[in-house]
Amino acid sequence: MSSDLTRKTADELARALSAEEVSSVEVTRALVDRIESVDGSIHAFLHVDAEGALAAAADVDRRRADGDQLPYLAGVPIAIKDVLATKGMPTTCGSKILDGWIPPYDATVTARIKAAGLPILGKTNMDEFAMGSSTEHSAYGPTHNPWDTTRIPGGSGGGSAAAVAAFEAPLAIGTDTGGSIRQPGALTGTVGVKPTYGGVSRYGLVAMASSLDQAGPVTRTVLDAALLHELIAGHDPMDSTSIPDAVPAVVAAARRADVKGLRIGIVRELGGEGFQPGVEARFTEAVELLTSAGAEVVEVSIPSLRYALGAYYLVMPSEASSNLAKFDAMRYGVRVPPAGVDDPSAEQVMASSRDAGFGDEVKRRIILGTYALSSGYYDAYYGSAQKVRTILSRDFAAAFADVDVLVSPTSPTTAYPLGDKLDDPLAMYLGDVATIPANLVGIPGLSLPVGLADEDDLPVGLQFLAPQKADDRLYNAAAALEQLLEQKWGGTLLSRAPELEAIR
Amino acid sequence: MSEPVTGISREDVVHLAGLARIDLSDAELDHLATELPAILEHVASVQEAAGDDVPAMSHPVPVDNVFREDVVRPSLAPADALAAAPASDQQRFLVPKILGEG
Repeated sequence: MSSDLTRKTADELARALSAEEVSSVEVTRALVDRIESVDGSIHAFLHVDAEGALAAAADVDRRRADGDQLPYLAGVPIAIKDVLATKGMPTTCGSKILDGWIPPYDATVTARIKAAGLPILGKTNMDEFAMGSSTEHSAYGPTHNPWDTTRIPGGSGGGSAAAVAAFEAPLAIGTDTGGSIRQPGALTGTVGVKPTYGGVSRYGLVAMASSLDQAGPVTRTVLDAALLHELIAGHDPMDSTSIPDAVPAVVAAARRADVKGLRIGIVRELGGEGFQPGVEARFTEAVELLTSAGAEVVEVSIPSLRYALGAYYLVMPSEASSNLAKFDAMRYGVRVPPAGVDDPSAEQVMASSRDAGFGDEVKRRIILGTYALSSGYYDAYYGSAQKVRTILSRDFAAAFADVDVLVSPTSPTTAYPLGDKLDDPLAMYLGDVATIPANLVGIPGLSLPVGLADEDDLPVGLQFLAPQKADDRLYNAAAALEQLLEQKWGGTLLSRAPELEAIR
Repeated sequence: MSEPVTGISREDVVHLAGLARIDLSDAELDHLATELPAILEHVASVQEAAGDDVPAMSHPVPVDNVFREDVVRPSLAPADALAAAPASDQQRFLVPKILGEG
């Protein structure tokens, strides 16, 4: 298996590595070459660490030759979203304010990846501080969708999704505050999973909205996502919101892939007006496939969903404005003194540094959050939004009393052209309608590619939702649907993506 | 519920930018003053969703205080902690004057 190592799934690579049919150095070299050849047109990476990745790969190969017992994914390379701290490797969060920052510590997710022997290829592009749905808000320029490089890859984790879709990495880490793993997955024809809130440690994840943020896997197959989920999940004493329970048996569920008797609810409110016809068509066909495989499909209603977007765009900026107050130009990050001021005060330096270091979307959300939290408006905005979370949780609990999983399209549309919604933040926010509810109520969600829309030949994603701590249900259902679809297509969806031109 | 929601003026944005410690330019202030009312109008729907009897939810999973044994663990060396500082002096963060100009 030498010619197309970049096309292999993580599971295939893990098996080949453990059978010593291929070395981790060979795999890593192939991916580094692929990044060098195509990332000029994709810009999935903000930083590539070829040397570090190859050294880690050589170390794994040596340990394997010595007969060490290695974790299953040891030697399989991975890309990490630039919002997770990586000791000794730049971490910018897509922001100028962290330009050149080298964290002195590893995020728990990073530490687990290193401990398991996965070579880290580099850091992937993202909307600044994960604020955005298109990766156009990165201070370092947008990422391009491998299916059509004139279009967005989704966001905020467009870099991780595009890296995996463009065969620059078999695995990537994303983070999802309102859909930033799942929506890019849908728009690039890849698999993305937001675990249950608290399932994966947030220690070292630069926070946008602490009660919504969650890291998770970005891959090309459901089984690969499960393997990575199992590796990064589990209790961490460094995160006070980390769930102490055992990690759900996600790998076993992905291997089971059986929906016979599974009760599936179609969320009535997540369809119809605003949803592209090609998205609805692929979604409906996928649900029919699940029915044909023995699932019991019913329609369910979650009436409070109409308030979810409003609640999200209050809770998120409120928490973001508070979290981003730490960027004060004193301990780390760029310091830009105000022009024309002799001997400026710390406060003046802070204000000018934040003006210079933050981009438009970050400023917009900080101001919005500051407003929502300010005296006199707190109850009407932030307080009301928190009540919506309670109502939404009750509605989801009622729905899950009748069904095992819920389904909807992941995104109302396919990938739109770069620049299309840049000047219309509200239009961009509306694209998050199907993904944000999971963050507000803390439940897990998975996006699976289910075909191409007729009108533009671009990928469509279907989202599965499950109750808190029942992440395994997502993997079982999605793996079953993945098998059914690939039988129908005679291959993977990504095998139909256009070849990328090598740019040197 | 406190007072009913009205618009947001340019003056409000200036005040908020001050609270948020961001030295926004005139153009940015103008832009936000036209943009924020549209966004607020959209999110204001949350006020009709819930009555006083609905409790607020701050976290999706119940959060308890977490204690651990009070044992010494490794921490960052001063050089590592200071490595990314814009300025430092004698193992300390060096900051501009903290008292205002008047």
